[in-house]
Amino acid sequence: MEHIVIIGNGIAGVTAARHIRKLSDKKITIISAESDYFFSRTALMYVYMGHMKFEHTQPYENWFWKKNRIDLVKGFVEKVAHEQKKLFLKDGTTITYDQLIIATGSKPNKFGWPGQDLKGVQGLYHKQDLELLEKNAPNNKVCKRAVIVGGGLIGIEMAEMLRTREIPVTFLVREKSFWNGVLPSGESEMINEHILDHHIDLRLDTNLEEIIADENGHAKAIRTDKGDIIECTVVGLTAGVTPNINFLKDSGIELGRGVKVNRFLETNIPNIYAIGDCAEQHEAIGNRRPIEAVWYTGRMMGETLAQTICNNKTEYNPGHWFNSAKFFDIEYQTYGWVFSERSKKETELHFHWRHSKENICITIAYDAATKEFLGINTFGIRMRHEIFDRWLTAKKDVFYVMEYLKDANFDPEFYKSYENEIVVKFNSEFGTQIQPRKKSWKRIFSKA
Amino acid sequence: MKTIQNIGITLFIIGLAIFTALPFLGTFKLNQTTFDELITSQGIKSEVFIQDLKNTFVDKEFTGIQALAPIVKGVIDNANEVHDKNKEWGKKVYAGSGDMATAIRKASAYGFIPENKGLLWLLTFGLGIIGSLMFIIPQVVTLGKKGIKNDHIYHQSSTNRGWIAWLVFIFLVSFYLVLYFKAEYAVNWTFLVDPISESLSGNPAGQWFVYGFMYCVVMTVMAIRMYIKYRHNVYQMVRTTSVLFFQIVFAFLIPEIMVRLQLSYSKGYDFKNAFPLDYDFFFSWNLKELIASGGLGMFILVWGIVLTLVIVPVMVYFFGKRWYCSWVCGCGGLAETLGDPYRQHSSKSLFSWKIERWLIHGVLVFAVVMTGFTLYGFFAETGTVLGIKVQSIMNTYSFLIGAIFAGVIGTGFYPIFGNRVWCRFGCPLAAYLGFVQRFKSRFRITTNGGQCISCGNCSTYCEQGIDVRAYAQKGENIVRSSCVGCGICSAVCPRGVLKLENGPEEGRINPTEILLGNDVDLMTLVNKK
Ligand SMILES: Cc1cc2nc3c(=O)[nH]c(=O)nc-3n(C[C@H](O)[C@H](O)[C@H](O)COP(=O)(O)OP(=O)(O)OC[C@H]3O[C@@H](n4cnc5c(N)ncnc54)[C@H](O)[C@@H]3O)c2cc1C
Ligand code: SF4
Ligand code: SF4
Repeated sequence: MEHIVIIGNGIAGVTAARHIRKLSDKKITIISAESDYFFSRTALMYVYMGHMKFEHTQPYENWFWKKNRIDLVKGFVEKVAHEQKKLFLKDGTTITYDQLIIATGSKPNKFGWPGQDLKGVQGLYHKQDLELLEKNAPNNKVCKRAVIVGGGLIGIEMAEMLRTREIPVTFLVREKSFWNGVLPSGESEMINEHILDHHIDLRLDTNLEEIIADENGHAKAIRTDKGDIIECTVVGLTAGVTPNINFLKDSGIELGRGVKVNRFLETNIPNIYAIGDCAEQHEAIGNRRPIEAVWYTGRMMGETLAQTICNNKTEYNPGHWFNSAKFFDIEYQTYGWVFSERSKKETELHFHWRHSKENICITIAYDAATKEFLGINTFGIRMRHEIFDRWLTAKKDVFYVMEYLKDANFDPEFYKSYENEIVVKFNSEFGTQIQPRKKSWKRIFSKA
Repeated sequence: MKTIQNIGITLFIIGLAIFTALPFLGTFKLNQTTFDELITSQGIKSEVFIQDLKNTFVDKEFTGIQALAPIVKGVIDNANEVHDKNKEWGKKVYAGSGDMATAIRKASAYGFIPENKGLLWLLTFGLGIIGSLMFIIPQVVTLGKKGIKNDHIYHQSSTNRGWIAWLVFIFLVSFYLVLYFKAEYAVNWTFLVDPISESLSGNPAGQWFVYGFMYCVVMTVMAIRMYIKYRHNVYQMVRTTSVLFFQIVFAFLIPEIMVRLQLSYSKGYDFKNAFPLDYDFFFSWNLKELIASGGLGMFILVWGIVLTLVIVPVMVYFFGKRWYCSWVCGCGGLAETLGDPYRQHSSKSLFSWKIERWLIHGVLVFAVVMTGFTLYGFFAETGTVLGIKVQSIMNTYSFLIGAIFAGVIGTGFYPIFGNRVWCRFGCPLAAYLGFVQRFKSRFRITTNGGQCISCGNCSTYCEQGIDVRAYAQKGENIVRSSCVGCGICSAVCPRGVLKLENGPEEGRINPTEILLGNDVDLMTLVNKK
């Protein structure tokens, strides 16, 4: 029986395993050094905040793996010897494979800051980081202040986590406004305000220069490029992630920042594939980045690769981009592409609406010439994935989107809806007379 | 803020302590006149019994904790033995010793407690209400900005099955045991609410009035907590208002007022309480009474049948069983208010789901078979059907299901097994609604394409123990018979994945293998298979 070995029990590896099992009877082994069972990395914050216990982050009950004949091995792969199709584990054991899937995910970036390896300095990626944070910052007596370096999604999550224990937080953000490499300015501005509302000492346009140690080799302060010294006991490094592939150096597998793969997720070595955070496309697909370090893409690569492995060779061909996040109390969803001022092309124009009091806003991107709808960012309003996916495929224009915007609303029942206000603003900016249509079940559920 | 909350907790604990101490306190002494009244009101003809009871009780002092029921039982047994021997069937005493003991206590209490009903109300209910509000209202500030605030639920003893949770568990279980089985100890509590009961129905309070009143108070206070905790979520606000309204008006006020008006149907009736949750609706004594009470009785009879056979399923077709279970029902009402802090304790394992299906459908079968027996017995005018005494089936159901399951376990186990133990594992009405919801309804929880990140908040906070994530992460809608549509999974989801909605039946159940977002051909390829 063909033996499929998967390194990494994250969403990418596990999805691949599940689908291979559905499609075939092959022997499947998943190796991971991190945890006994698959858990949802995205939920680590909720464990620290006390919303859940760690076991709740595990999407499958423990019997699931045996029942589906997916063997789990806990261990760290140190070396891949592709000539012998053999893996060498840290504990000295070896495992042979017929097909190998590398799904080793990422690790937090460290940019060579002085003091980056001191005690009290940590990232937030693995389960072990969560345990470490529990030790470093159990409460505001032990952790008098934390400094978080890097204004991305994980950084803001870490800030939220620490605030639930009333730990004072300083948040260093390199950009002039939070996440404005991704978000258009109106939205980025709203999030800045929200961060401040949560009593976080937000320092925009500020970089870390150095982490200063006390006599025990523990971080005691940091120095910024503005020359400020900020005393702290914990430093969170959340300036992005890089593929976790050090163990593949000299393995003969072609590496860039990640494991280089083609559209079939194949590496340069036959029978070795890479998926998830650690895979790097030779050429970016559409507007996507060559390395896509998000949950959904890991899952999609897993779904696709399972087809290939089970004799239905299939290209990784993601559909329209989507993503979501939550900034403290503000939910964010995006469908299609909305680029920030910093990265958008001249042909991309934006329509922005923001509620006068609440933290609710949307930005719709459209093409300057054709008025084709390109994407939407929505904050504080939930929207329907399927509807936007359909509109993007059908290349609807922005006027159509406005007219039928009510179909896309996904907020819980009885919520106040804002489509009328949004369309009024749109009409006044565009000189149009669009009347928003009533929501129609028929349209929503028609399979276009 | 913290100080106010701490004072609140202290006041609440004092109130609770006094309330808990009451059954142990007080003195009772039965004088001749009250004794005579009692005997007449109970319609007792046995001289042996009267004489015996008189010797035992009249002008004797009893304390609160001294059990009267066994003494009464001795007296009853003794009298009945004599009558049996003399073949004086007409004189036998059928009154229950517990009820009798309760009645004696109620009639014979004297001293501080019955003389200071108002003061004691303030010291128990009053302190409890003020204390808990002082704890709850500052949460407007302490919870911070509006949004989901589940911080520290798994860090706190009260909500993480710690010692506080176990204390609450012991208290609730004992409270229910007293209420159902040792009502004589609840007599001191009835004095607290006598004035309220008298102003509503004109009668002094019994233990069920205490319970009903407490139920409303607890729900109101905890509803305020819901309003604060979910103040960003209009669905939760509207739903909470609805259950509160139905509890106070339909379950509490209307029945009391019916009694006051001395309508032909002498007991109060809860118009929203549908059979088979209202399991004794078709018991022959109830049918007899309904039929005997003319127009109103007939109306209730027809209403009760139409409610169960037409209104309930039709509404479930349009809105899902939530319209009943989390918008109207009293059990659901308590679960959604008092029980909300414990919702995370429902087990999500497949094993529990298996137990759930056996148990809840078992209870439904039990209720239906029992009703078959009682109806047959009623129409055939017999007490035995197929050689089985109908009364003993009814007693078994009332004891096992009505008291132990719905009451003691259903509510007592909140802090340990979550707030919907009864609704999930036991309620026969829920089982019936579940069939309709699963197989013929417009209700579903829509999963928003591929947005789920498998975080598990939805499953953790589903009070019905549904592994919501298992569906959401596959892009599948949630169509489960047990879902009561509380909407919390949707509320806690950090990615806006879930929406409770009523829509066309077509496409409601949508098994998917590949989620939205991946190559469109792959989706159709795999999903069509
Ligand atoms: C705090 C946090 C929040 C996030 N929130 C979101 C979000 O909201 N939305 C979103 O889209 N994405 C989010 N992400 C990103 C998302 O979690 C990742 O994109 C996703 O988990 C990557 O999955 P993966 O399967 O590729 O790798 P991983 O989940 O990283 O799994 C790889 C596994 O392989 C193991 N491994 C690595 N090397 C070896 C080796 N040599 N031997 C054995 N085992 C090895 C690792 O220990 C790990 O267990 C978040 C990430 C973090 C850290
Ligand atoms: S599935 Fe959601 S709505 Fe249904 S009972 Fe569970 S939490 Fe409530
Ligand atoms: S809460 Fe939302 S994102 Fe998390 S598992 Fe449930 S549906 Fe998915």
